[in-house]
Amino acid sequence: MSALSQLDRGVAPIETGMLPRPFVVRSRREELADCVTLELAALDGEPLAFEAGQFTMLYVHGIGEVAISISGDTAKPDSLIQTVRAVGAVSQAICGLAEGARVGVRGPLGNSWPVERAVGKHLMIVAGGLGLAPVRPIIYWALANRDRLKSVDIVYGTRAPDQILFARQLLGLSAADGVRVGITVDLADQDWSGQVGVVTDLIPSMLRDPDETVAMVCGPEIMMRFSGQALVGAGVPAEETFLSMERNMKCGIGWCGHCQLGPHLICRDGPVFAYPAVRDLMSVWEL
Amino acid sequence: MTDGNIKSMADILAAHPLFAGLDKEITDLLGGCASNAHFSAGSYLFKAEGAADVFYLLRAGDVALELSMPGRGKLIVDTVQPGHVVGASWILPPYRWRFDARAVGDVRATGIDAACLRKKCDDDPSTGYQVLKRFLPVVAGRLQSTRLRLLDLYAPPSEVGRAL
Repeated sequence: MSALSQLDRGVAPIETGMLPRPFVVRSRREELADCVTLELAALDGEPLAFEAGQFTMLYVHGIGEVAISISGDTAKPDSLIQTVRAVGAVSQAICGLAEGARVGVRGPLGNSWPVERAVGKHLMIVAGGLGLAPVRPIIYWALANRDRLKSVDIVYGTRAPDQILFARQLLGLSAADGVRVGITVDLADQDWSGQVGVVTDLIPSMLRDPDETVAMVCGPEIMMRFSGQALVGAGVPAEETFLSMERNMKCGIGWCGHCQLGPHLICRDGPVFAYPAVRDLMSVWEL
Repeated sequence: MTDGNIKSMADILAAHPLFAGLDKEITDLLGGCASNAHFSAGSYLFKAEGAADVFYLLRAGDVALELSMPGRGKLIVDTVQPGHVVGASWILPPYRWRFDARAVGDVRATGIDAACLRKKCDDDPSTGYQVLKRFLPVVAGRLQSTRLRLLDLYAPPSEVGRAL
């Protein structure tokens, strides 16, 4: 039965995923000048179980709703962690929420990163800018499953050293955690001892055994397009390379078509796609 | 430089990604222009506007390419990693470096005498063509990376397009 036919038959909105659940802001943390991480808790106390890579529709009463990736730990469903950049009216309102404020939450929505495919293999996570938020659940998962993975490498690119998201957490990861982190920025002064350049420059030098690597990529679409090319060009199997796509989502459940990308609805079929499913679409104008 | 030294430098060159797979004849020839180099952290391989008379194939350690900007100090425009080459201005006149190149940590490299290499390339255009074919991807790759950074992909939405 399709979602629309369910609606036609008068199924209650909660069952079709359209009714937000009330949550309260338990804590907030300013990550960057325009970026906040909120810890939300359900008013009814019911945990919100989710999988790495899923998103929610966050609703600010009287203002609107917006799709936000979950950036928390799947092992801690009591806390819904969402990292938001103030871009438009709704996200600005979310960033301005104080502790104790209420929001509506629909979800979790969308599919998830296929983390189990990385078991027994090398896991490479490639993120750019705020694209680190949707992959942070993979990092939590990888740390908890470190002994099941051959290696864990994180390649992160951002604008400048003071724009590193989750900086303390990311820079705190080390060989002791069994994780190798490579960070590159677009521009820096001499206080920065890391790399300056684009993420695609770091990928080849950080890959261990491309044939045995599963890669998961999130960031601006152009960055993902070139990262996909760099990964596959270096030998990572295309079908083992996954991207988290982004389009303007409205319903979040495949009804409205706002987030259509060629044959895909990002909210319903994604946001995570195997590279071959979106590779050619990324170079098509106006998609 | 003895024959033994030339051969060992040729082997080192042949093992570097830039020249890997080149005919042995050519790496032997290039070996005559090569020498080992070491730079301690913070020292400069070369400085902007200086004569581009030696370029470097990095074997260990990163090198930051910088420009000094009044009021903002030294800005790093690129970082070169081991396995890559520092310096392309030796190929074209006026053979002057465009950036400062600073060793971020201890750097081990193979230095190539640019005048020596240019002469060998001029004397044997076939060798010169092989060498240029190795350098063109380096230059093209840096151009592409620079273009991507010009897009300022990670800019906050409020600043998108500000540089255009």
